[in-house]
Amino acid sequence: MIVDAARGAPLGTDAQSPPSELVQLLTPEGERVEHPDYDVNLTPDEIKSLYRDLVIVRRIDAEAVALTRQGELGIWASLLGQEAAQIGSARALRTDDMAFPSYREHGVAYCRGVDPLDLLGLFRGVNHAGWDPKEHNFHLYTIVIGSHALHATGYAMGIQRDGTENAAIVYFGDGATSQGDVNEAFVWSAAQNAPVVFFCQNNQWAISEPLEKQSRIPLYRRAEGFGFPGIRVDGNDVFAVQAVTKKALENARSGQGPTLIEAYTYRMGAHTTTDDPTRYRLQAELESWKLKDPIERVKAYLVKNEMADRTFFDAIEAEAKGVGSDLRKRCLELPDPEATAIWENVYATEHPMLADERAGFTSYLESFEEVSR
Amino acid sequence: MSAETLTLSRAMNEGLRKAMENDPKVLIMGEDVGRLGGVFRVTDGLQKDFGEARVIDTPLAESGIVGTAIGLALRGYRPVCEIQFDGFVFPAFNQITSQLAKMRMRSLGTLELPVVIRIPFGGGIGAVEHHSESPEAYFTHTGGLRVVACSNPADAYTMIQQAIECPDPVIFFEPKRRYWDKAPVDRDLANAAPFDKAVVARPGEDVTVLAYGPMVKTSLEAAQADEGHSIEVIDIRSLNPLDEETVLASVRRTGRCVVVHEAPVFSGYGGELAARITEKCFYHLEAPVLRVGGFSTPYPPSRLEDHYLPDLDRVLDAVDRTFAW
Ligand SMILES: Cc1ncc(C[n+]2csc(CCOP(=O)(O)OP(=O)(O)O)c2C)c(N)n1
Ligand SMILES: [Mg+2]
Repeated sequence: MIVDAARGAPLGTDAQSPPSELVQLLTPEGERVEHPDYDVNLTPDEIKSLYRDLVIVRRIDAEAVALTRQGELGIWASLLGQEAAQIGSARALRTDDMAFPSYREHGVAYCRGVDPLDLLGLFRGVNHAGWDPKEHNFHLYTIVIGSHALHATGYAMGIQRDGTENAAIVYFGDGATSQGDVNEAFVWSAAQNAPVVFFCQNNQWAISEPLEKQSRIPLYRRAEGFGFPGIRVDGNDVFAVQAVTKKALENARSGQGPTLIEAYTYRMGAHTTTDDPTRYRLQAELESWKLKDPIERVKAYLVKNEMADRTFFDAIEAEAKGVGSDLRKRCLELPDPEATAIWENVYATEHPMLADERAGFTSYLESFEEVSR
Repeated sequence: MSAETLTLSRAMNEGLRKAMENDPKVLIMGEDVGRLGGVFRVTDGLQKDFGEARVIDTPLAESGIVGTAIGLALRGYRPVCEIQFDGFVFPAFNQITSQLAKMRMRSLGTLELPVVIRIPFGGGIGAVEHHSESPEAYFTHTGGLRVVACSNPADAYTMIQQAIECPDPVIFFEPKRRYWDKAPVDRDLANAAPFDKAVVARPGEDVTVLAYGPMVKTSLEAAQADEGHSIEVIDIRSLNPLDEETVLASVRRTGRCVVVHEAPVFSGYGGELAARITEKCFYHLEAPVLRVGGFSTPYPPSRLEDHYLPDLDRVLDAVDRTFAW
């Protein structure tokens, strides 16, 4: 074995794999293909509804990017390119299943009924999260990479003990698979046979680091070593993602334990709005992934099969536009929190030191008003 | 001596480059430190010039970054680890506090771990949660670690080289909101203060303000703005070990002291300073040592950080209170 000392990886190994390992039901050209283990049976209306979700979340995302450019948000992590991975998997969930997102899961949030406005608070800096996780069965965004994989596992252990037929799903990236917490979650879920689905969106990059910096084998194959199934799905194929996730969730709910799904996709945008990907990746790579766009292929399928016409696409476009401009308007109206919010929700009950700090700071602020009067 | 004007980020970069040129055992490791040059560009161009074996884009795993740095150090290397943001050091906490800090003592002095852990710290950049924290007290509380914080480009350039040369593990805090501040940098290390010494950043007569990292600039601005009092500002630079001599000499002269940091006041580093000064300068003090810092809460959403972070007014308010005693 010849090892490239600097990179640490044996020459010839890499974390990519032949396309045959990828579950795909809809080609980039919009051709429906068969797979021995997976199938979807969607009515034209259901397909149109998936299309609508894909278009709307892309629009929400684009609006947030624009709001950031204009200084209305501090930062934004764009989901561009990952719409199918998110919509497909989230649409496979039941409302009483529980989802644990990282920070890019705006499409999942949308499917869980979270008002997109509530996603903006964190990025605008008016709160750390704007939604009630219990209301939506959609946990808070987790920024510290990988931590929530253990939360999802523990939550799934709770489901198990309650004896209800539910599952938890946790979203994380390719980079996150290197974290200790994620690997511990694999160990725990296997040892406990916990009803959890690990949904890894392999978008090929962890900020500037390509997948090869994290793994020598395709990520889905990690699962085998932990003792549960792993599967790689075309993350830009909303049909396949939905089918694969559905099955993994059903397995979890029926006592067959965890599954790792690697949704093979691509981060079409920058890591966040503060990142400059031209420093580390080639335009050609982006161009090749453009041809695999998750939305275009559904559109092609709908057109080919005469399930939708111009009127439909125009109507969706108009609706998405409306969602975007409404979001913009409401974002600009978001009030800044009061200074005293600093001391809120830190403890369950009034904390004497915090109360003192708050009182002291309030009178300190008032002293300025007196001066200016 | 030629002194070129550099940003703090650039000065760090040049200091690292110098250390790598001087000693082939110096390695850089961290997330995105290679081709990207780090999210703050501190390691810009180093991988290009020193190769991937010396500038390592690591897997996304902080415990691994510090744990493998310990192993590399055991093998004779001098790793300089970058933790991308303050809030992400905690996955490495075990490796730092239980392993890195204790190895010398556990080995009866036979093992040495010259590992530097660079942590951009503090708030004021409008970031989301976990990107604005000041975790220094966790590390100053841990025997076996040296903890330093630079406040300006000149110190960034010299202190990082001194930290790399140091045989002990060093936690090296960088004031992230000051990365783009510019100042002249003297490249002659012979002119530099040792990195475990505090410096008087601005001499004064009436009151001593102690600060480090990002709060040095804030304190200097406060001193400048105060027409009523002559404020002496000391840049602590080395939090552990503390340069008591410089600090105590100043307070004995002024009789008043205000400590400023971004970290929460409660159980913060300022508490140690206040206690020590009270013990050792009791008869010189005209007023209790006052502390200005963050609140006893998690770091707030960024639209509230201007309230949370000490600013010129809060420093001067404390200064006034020491005179009203
Ligand atoms: C513990 C921790 N370390 C570092 C970071 C900084 N960071 C934020 S995102 C990121 C890359 C994540 O890559 P990946 O897991 O592939 O997810 P993606 O952003 O591509 O969706 C890094 C290093 C962090 N948030 N948490
Ligand atoms: Mg990624």
